[in-house]
Amino acid sequence: MPFSEAAQKELQQVVTRYPDKRSAMLPALEIAQREQGYLTPEAYEWVAEALDTSPTWVASVASFYTMLRKEPVGRYLVQVCTNLSCSLLGAQPLLLYLQEKLGIEVGETTPDGLFTLVTVECLGSCATAPVMQINDRYYERLTRERIDEILTALRAEAGS
Amino acid sequence: MADKFLLRNIGVTDSHRIAVYLARGGYQSWSKVVKGIKPAEVVDLVKRSGLRGRGGAGFPAGMKWSFVPKDSYPRYLVCNADEGEPGTCKDRVLMEQDPHAVLEGVAIACYAIEAHVGFIYVRGEFSLSAERLEAAIAEAKAQGYLGDDVLGSGFALDIVVHRGAGAYICGEETALLSSLEGERGNPRLKPPFPATEGLYRKPTVINNVETLANLPLIIERGPEWYTSMGTEKSPGVKLFALSGQVKRPGIYELPLGTPLRTLIEECGGGTLDDRPVKAVIPGGSSSPMLPAGQLDVTLDYEAIAAAGSMLGSGAVIVITEGTCMVSVARRLVEFYAHEDCGQCVPGREGIAWMAKILERIEAGHGREEDLDLLLDICDGLGGRSLCPLGDAAVGPVRSSIKHFRDDYLAHIHTGTCVAPTSVTIA
Repeated sequence: MPFSEAAQKELQQVVTRYPDKRSAMLPALEIAQREQGYLTPEAYEWVAEALDTSPTWVASVASFYTMLRKEPVGRYLVQVCTNLSCSLLGAQPLLLYLQEKLGIEVGETTPDGLFTLVTVECLGSCATAPVMQINDRYYERLTRERIDEILTALRAEAGS
Repeated sequence: MADKFLLRNIGVTDSHRIAVYLARGGYQSWSKVVKGIKPAEVVDLVKRSGLRGRGGAGFPAGMKWSFVPKDSYPRYLVCNADEGEPGTCKDRVLMEQDPHAVLEGVAIACYAIEAHVGFIYVRGEFSLSAERLEAAIAEAKAQGYLGDDVLGSGFALDIVVHRGAGAYICGEETALLSSLEGERGNPRLKPPFPATEGLYRKPTVINNVETLANLPLIIERGPEWYTSMGTEKSPGVKLFALSGQVKRPGIYELPLGTPLRTLIEECGGGTLDDRPVKAVIPGGSSSPMLPAGQLDVTLDYEAIAAAGSMLGSGAVIVITEGTCMVSVARRLVEFYAHEDCGQCVPGREGIAWMAKILERIEAGHGREEDLDLLLDICDGLGGRSLCPLGDAAVGPVRSSIKHFRDDYLAHIHTGTCVAPTSVTIA
C-alpha cells in the first residue's frame, strides 16, 4: 500500500524540524504507523529513504519501542496498565472482567476486528488508577460499570 | 493546606491557553530575563534558590547548568518529560493544564545556558500533553515569546516537542539522547556527561519538567522566597504524586520537609477502609520501601535518605495490610526486567533472574536459600550496571526482604501467603 500524499508531506516537514534529520526517526515511524495501522517492511523503506539510512537500521530502532507495532491490531487497542499503583486498586480483576466482556485473552483481537486487548507497563496516571488507554485516550479511575459504559460507547461509535 | 505555586493554574478554566496564562501573570519572568538579566545572573539566581532536580536525582539545578564548558557552542536544552517511573504522574498535570509554565521554564533555562533550541521529550503515551505543548508553542510564537527575536531582545529561541514511542528507559538522560538522535533508546556510558558531550555531541543540559516549572516562580519572587520554604538542604516546594491504597490519591504540592504522615492522612484522607499502612514507597518504584513504623519521616532528600530510601520523583505509593509484599516486589522487578535495554549483563541477566525467582517464590515453589540468592544478585547488580536501571531494580527486592521477610517465609514454608491480596494475580 503506497503512502498518501498527506503522509509524504508530513514526513518532509518532520525531517526539517531537527538540526539533524536522523532525529526524525520516531515521528516518521509514527506517521507510517498512523497511515498503515502497523509497521510493514515498506514503512521501514519509506522512512529509511527520507532519513538517508537503511531499512534494517530503521527496523532495529523500531523494535526497541513498544508503541511501534509490528502486527495489525483491532480498531480499538485496549491497553490496560497492570503496574503497582493500578494493581493495588484492582487492575488484575478488572483485566479479567475485560477478558470476559470481550471474550478474548490478553494479546488477542475480537473476531469482528474491533478490539485488541493488551497489558502495558505504567501509563503515568497512577493517582487516577486503575487506568487504561484506548488508542490515544486515557480512561481513568476504572470500575466495572465504567468499563461497561466505555465498551458500549465504542461499539456504538463503530456502528456495531 | 499550603499555598499553591506550581499548581497555581491547575483547575482554572482554559488554563492551557496563553490568554489565561498571561492574565494570571504568566511570561513576566521570561520577559524580565530576556530583556535585562545576563545569563550568568540567571544561573546565579537559580543556584542561590537551592533548586534541586525534581526528576529523581535531586542534583542542584544551577550547578548542573554551570558544568557546560565555556566557549562551546551550539548548546542544547532538553526537557525530560518522559515521565514513566511507576507512581510518578506529576509532570503530566503540568503539561496538560499549564503548558505555558513549562515553556516559560524551558525558555529561561535555554537563556541561562545560552541555547537557542530546546527540546521537550514527551513520553509517547502522553498525546494530550504533546498536543497542548505544541499548541502552546504556536501561541507563544504568535505573541513573540518564542521565535527569531524574542520580544525584540535579539535572542532567538525555538522549542521542539519530540514524542517518545514507549520505552521507560528513555527517561534515563543518556538513553533519552540516544532516542532523540533517532536510535534505540540505549543508555550511554558516563563520562562523557551530557553537559560536555550530549545531543549531537554538543553540550546539553537535561532538566525535568517540574524543575523547569519552578524557574518562572524563582525569577518572579526571588531566591530568598524559595529558600524560605522547605528545609535548609532541600529548599522550596515539591509535587507529590500520591497513589495506591488511600482515599484521595492525587497530585499535592507541599513544602519539602513535610511529614509523610501529613501527605497520607491530611492530603490523602488516610488509607482505604482505614486499614493500617503496611509499607510506603516514598519516591517512585525504584526507591526502597519503608515499613509502617517510618511514617513520621519528613519528605525531603536528606531525611528520606537517612531512613534508607530516596525521595526520587516524590511519587508516594501507599500499601496497606493485607497486601502480599512478595507480589509487590515481583511486580516491580518484572517491570524493570521488561524495560531493561539488554546492553549490560548485570541488567539483562540479573533482573530477569530475580523476576523468575520471585515468580517461583510467589507460586509457592521457593526455597529459603532463594532469599540469599536474591540478595546475592542484588550485590552483583547494584552499582554495577551500565545505567541506574540496575540500582532501581535492587531497591524493591532488598527492602522487601529486609522489612517483610515473613511474607517470603510464608510462601516458602506453607506455599501460600499471610496476606490475601496479590498484585500480580486476580
